[in-house]
Amino acid sequence: MTKLRVNGKDVTLDVSPDTPLLWVVRETLGLTGTKFGCGMAQCGACLVHLDGEAVRSCVTPLSRAEGRSVTTIEGLEPSLADPLRQAWILEDVPQCGYCQSGQIMAAAILLKENGKPDDGDIDDAMAGNICRCGTYPRIRRAIHMAAELKAGGK
Amino acid sequence: MSGILNLSRRGFLKAGALAGGGLVLGFRLAGTARAQEPAAAVFAPNAFLRIGDDGRVTVIANHSEMGQGIYTSLPMLLAEELDADWARVRVEPAPVDPAYNHTAFGIQMTGGSTTTWSEWERFRRCGATARAMLVAAAAAAWSVEPATCRTEKGEVIHDASGQRASYGSLAEPASKLDPPADVKLKDPKDFTLIGTPVKRLDTPDKTNGKAIFGIDVTLPDMLVAVIARPPVFGGKLKSFDATRATAVPGVRHVVEIDRGVAVVADGFWQAKLGRDALDLTWDEGPLATLDTATQGEAYAAQAATPGAVARNDGDAAAALAGAARTLEAVYELPYLAHATMEPMNAVADVRQDGCDVWVGTQFQTGDRAAAAAAAGLDPANVNLHTTLLGGGFGRRAVIDAHFVREAVLVSKAVKKPVKVIWTREDDVRGGFYRPRAYHALKGGLDEKGDPVAWQQRIVCQSFIAGTPFEGFIIKNGIDGTAVEGADDLPYGIPNLRVEWHQAPGGVPTLWWRSVGHSHTAFAVESFLDELAHAGGKDPLAFRLELLGDNARHKRVLQAAAETGGWGEPIGPGRARGLAVHASFGSFIAQVAEVSVGEDGEIRVHRVSCAIDCGPVVNPDTIRAQMEGAVAFGLSAALHSEITFKDGRVKQRNFHDYKVLRIQEMPEVDVTVIQSTDSMGGVGEPGVPPVAPAVGNAIFQLTGKRLRSLPFRAEELKR
Repeated sequence: MTKLRVNGKDVTLDVSPDTPLLWVVRETLGLTGTKFGCGMAQCGACLVHLDGEAVRSCVTPLSRAEGRSVTTIEGLEPSLADPLRQAWILEDVPQCGYCQSGQIMAAAILLKENGKPDDGDIDDAMAGNICRCGTYPRIRRAIHMAAELKAGGK
Repeated sequence: MSGILNLSRRGFLKAGALAGGGLVLGFRLAGTARAQEPAAAVFAPNAFLRIGDDGRVTVIANHSEMGQGIYTSLPMLLAEELDADWARVRVEPAPVDPAYNHTAFGIQMTGGSTTTWSEWERFRRCGATARAMLVAAAAAAWSVEPATCRTEKGEVIHDASGQRASYGSLAEPASKLDPPADVKLKDPKDFTLIGTPVKRLDTPDKTNGKAIFGIDVTLPDMLVAVIARPPVFGGKLKSFDATRATAVPGVRHVVEIDRGVAVVADGFWQAKLGRDALDLTWDEGPLATLDTATQGEAYAAQAATPGAVARNDGDAAAALAGAARTLEAVYELPYLAHATMEPMNAVADVRQDGCDVWVGTQFQTGDRAAAAAAAGLDPANVNLHTTLLGGGFGRRAVIDAHFVREAVLVSKAVKKPVKVIWTREDDVRGGFYRPRAYHALKGGLDEKGDPVAWQQRIVCQSFIAGTPFEGFIIKNGIDGTAVEGADDLPYGIPNLRVEWHQAPGGVPTLWWRSVGHSHTAFAVESFLDELAHAGGKDPLAFRLELLGDNARHKRVLQAAAETGGWGEPIGPGRARGLAVHASFGSFIAQVAEVSVGEDGEIRVHRVSCAIDCGPVVNPDTIRAQMEGAVAFGLSAALHSEITFKDGRVKQRNFHDYKVLRIQEMPEVDVTVIQSTDSMGGVGEPGVPPVAPAVGNAIFQLTGKRLRSLPFRAEELKR
């Protein structure tokens, strides 16, 4: 049995502890907003927060989350989720949308640590997240906008 | 032409398609068997529009949303003529039915950058017809002439009496009326939605995890399968031992199907561990020695002999012999995987009496037929549910329906709902690539540096030969998807010959965003640049002169040159290159600004893009597609290739099948030309000019002409 906290709720899971957190979140807990893209920490589609830090859930065994707190796109705190979603909608960032949960979760970590990122900060923070549709220019713009919205909302 | 039926009068509502009552309006294609079978419509909701008595407008989209924005553009077309309240408009995917067939291709599908122009008339007409019926219902209730009523934001208004009624309140009475035989469509100057940057309807759910892609579909009692497929294309399973695989906890079944061995488990991870534990023996077949280098030699040998003639103006051979100066060059492009972010997958639930399939697909008609055949069922008993696509780019328009068939065969074997998931490695190594292409070019210039001869021999596989599409696409021995973009060269060169050799098959190939144009434009626009420089001419002026009466090419070329600063001073270490290419009915020019580092690393700083796609539905969608096309084209220009050694694909995942990342993304500015010319597509045509524009800039900067993709930094090291 593995005990952890997911999106603010305590869960106890009877799942093999070496199972990647991605599949526990998606299949055991039914939180399908976190995506499978590569399975080897290359694309960022599976990015979740573990105790407030970005992790690639596709290579993070469930055992590493034991006793810790996992946040997925479905549970991202409003202070970050609201400005990011608003900016994503205003800039119409997504195309196919498959990578966007991971993009937003990566952007959330950036905004938490840096209230006013420049393009270089954004590129550094987002370099691990692939978007095949090429929404990169809009991701940059939306992160700038989200930073302003977040600052304004304080 | 389509006939319009008021489905709500045909027992349609009672069938539960619209439990709340209201107006259902759709089109039925004349002459289909179903048209004589009213009962069939009950189960095949042959409609593009529902208006509930709550006033909600549901547009049923017969084309798949794979990022191109069609779940917004199609509703815009309909809502424009309906005068709907856009805030009340939602969209849902169509089921599979002949009524939803592509207006030009006659099957239900999404591809070829065709959706907007192919539905431009039908969706607007559907909205206008519904509007007329709502007006008629209101006018009857008020005992006024319909012509004295107007509509606005989901209401019918009679100004003289001050009466107004919402579409929701009119849905029921309107559903009892006959549709008018003909309706007048709006004058484009009266458009209020079309032509404006309407926000996408699908964005909110794509920011909160709620959007459902094929891979997210979950059914009660569902199992997950991962399939071991042959390590070499064309290989066959000789034998396998599942002892170790079945010992993996959670593995429930190991099933042999025609495409390999499926390990079926409670979840993906157990299935994958089970697959890893399979002991497999393959007969690798004739491609076991396939090697990229030797294949290249074989292509070169083919190109040394005359091919099938795709175009022949004048006498290219004679003109080359008589030219003041001749150039020869070979351009090569590799196989490319589409690498959609969502790996291939499908969910199937095969029961004795029927089957349901959930899949993100571009090819509903073929997929459903294949699912029915694989399940041994009548297609009428197969429901195919289209989900969102986590990227398409052509990869989800497969002629053999393989990813759907896999799920159906496994579900049938284990008698449970099954989701088949491909790993990224399965996807990268799974074939259906953009064909490898070899272009041998010869050009001749006269004394003034004007081109007098052009000869191009193309060698590539055909993914059309031997398929049901053969009769439509292959003409006189020429596969149109292999030579498009070359056999329609727009430049006024008097002696022009384009030939094609079909390369041996075996490696599964497929349309890849912009199809043949993805390789022909690189060869054509780069070699044309070579001719310009050889004749001492400015590449822009050279093109403009040769384009003659091709006004749309010239218009975009001039627009991109202007925004891209062509001919203006540029910072040290930087240069510009340009390319223009027409495909899928649209005309696009791009100016790329590049620099090259000491280590040869290519950096693209900016791409100025101009597009003429005719009348514009959503300008922001066009911008988004141009931005995305630049990223897609740059991935191919700078990074991606599929190569073979010992019959095996050498690449596995995003670490060695590289694609563009955010830090490499240039600034992209997009000029959308205001145009009343014929309407083209926007999903694909932004891709072809990218690589040649960048390559031409590299030449401008370094004097080195790179003729193979992806461009290699080592060739530019200083």
